[in-house]
Amino acid sequence: MKTTLERHLNILDFTLASLLRRKGKNLSLLTIYLLVIFMLASLVFFVTALKREAAIILEDAPDMVVQRLVAGRQDLVPTKYAEAIASIRGVSKVRPRLWGYYYDGLNGANYTIVADDDSVTEPESAMIGSAIARSRKVTVGDLLPLISYEKVPLMLQISSILPAGSDLMAADLIVISSEDFQTLFNFPAGQATDLAVTVRNPKELTTIASKIAQLFPDSRPILKSEILRTYQAVFDWRGGMTVILLSSALISFIIFAWDKATGLSAEERKEIGILKSIGWSTPDVLLLKFWEGVVISLTAFLLGVVLAYGHVFFLSAPLFAQALKGWSVIYPSFRLSPVVDGYQLAVLFFLTVVPYTTATIIPCWRAATADPDTAMRS
Amino acid sequence: MRRSIQFLLFTAVNLTLFTLLPLHASHSRRINDAELKVQAARLRGLQLTDLCLSSEARYTRHPALADRHAAFQEHPLALEHFPSGSLILPSIPQRESR
Repeated sequence: MKTTLERHLNILDFTLASLLRRKGKNLSLLTIYLLVIFMLASLVFFVTALKREAAIILEDAPDMVVQRLVAGRQDLVPTKYAEAIASIRGVSKVRPRLWGYYYDGLNGANYTIVADDDSVTEPESAMIGSAIARSRKVTVGDLLPLISYEKVPLMLQISSILPAGSDLMAADLIVISSEDFQTLFNFPAGQATDLAVTVRNPKELTTIASKIAQLFPDSRPILKSEILRTYQAVFDWRGGMTVILLSSALISFIIFAWDKATGLSAEERKEIGILKSIGWSTPDVLLLKFWEGVVISLTAFLLGVVLAYGHVFFLSAPLFAQALKGWSVIYPSFRLSPVVDGYQLAVLFFLTVVPYTTATIIPCWRAATADPDTAMRS
Repeated sequence: MRRSIQFLLFTAVNLTLFTLLPLHASHSRRINDAELKVQAARLRGLQLTDLCLSSEARYTRHPALADRHAAFQEHPLALEHFPSGSLILPSIPQRESR
């Protein structure tokens, strides 16, 4: 037992010395490997955490949203639609929603304006998202001037600022009273942006959606399951964000492993030849190469995963946030609840560490089984 | 100290950090989830349909309510020109809908 351990330690000593002899090459190899693992693990952490938070947040989404289409574009829904939909059997509540977008010329940001008389009881007051407060440098009690569609300033007093913890729902949100909403957008009376429908039995949603589509052929019902599926698709491995990052990271890893697997350098061949000629057996040489693979890949894997965790959950994923931010002026800070999915990490381990270590051993096995004299002369 | 021992110690530190990740995650989740649920309850009345991932285009701010041809709606012959538009896809209807 002690002899086996000593043998491994000796070979590991030799491996580390051999790696340090080609310091530049091996350090750059380790850095690239680490970066690939870091990107893949960051992606796994980011997507898993976002998926989970999306599920928690969207639990409160309406069972169905009914839009109205005019010439292929979304249009305002007359509130009389709400009365007719409410009379459909199985519908428990229909709430006309008033919401829209406001472009702020001062900072070039787009805000989502929502009217809610329960959250904002007083006229000319507003509850705003924390990203707006940061961007406009305002606090509770300050005035937030918005220019109405009639070019009259609407001075809103900030009654409360939503905490940064709600950024994923409300970073760009301004909640005002329905009266202020109508003043701001010169919004016609008896109309709503869309209708939020609540049903008694979720199993009846599809039937109710068909009845609504029959009753109002210009309507477009969107079910809660479709909303949830949209976000599952965004964070799915086939989804836009994931597939771009995943494919670039995987392709770089394949190029990198392929380069390793296609052969040894003349210097490495010579080294194997010398080792064989001074008495190392083929298993010893293979063990040396195995340890070489383990040193590089295990270090890259462990460090890559730990750094990725820090990147996503301590630094709020600045690399991915930049991609989502695009040209947005208002954007959330991704303070996500950490999720570590053991299965996904295991897949990452088997997709990166195992092929790399195998790719290191195979060409070496070919060289180690050759005649030492031939290996040295090559 | 032998190089092999130094390496094994370094790996042991990394492995410890690695195994601490799930513990840290479950501890932080307990705190963050309570906060998230409080915030979600506060905004429940608004019946929000989308996450605020990007606010640069209306169809990436509210992808669940956008059409599949959302970018085209900006004007005829419009091509997608927002970076987030290539990352966030609009909703995929399950059934025949308009």
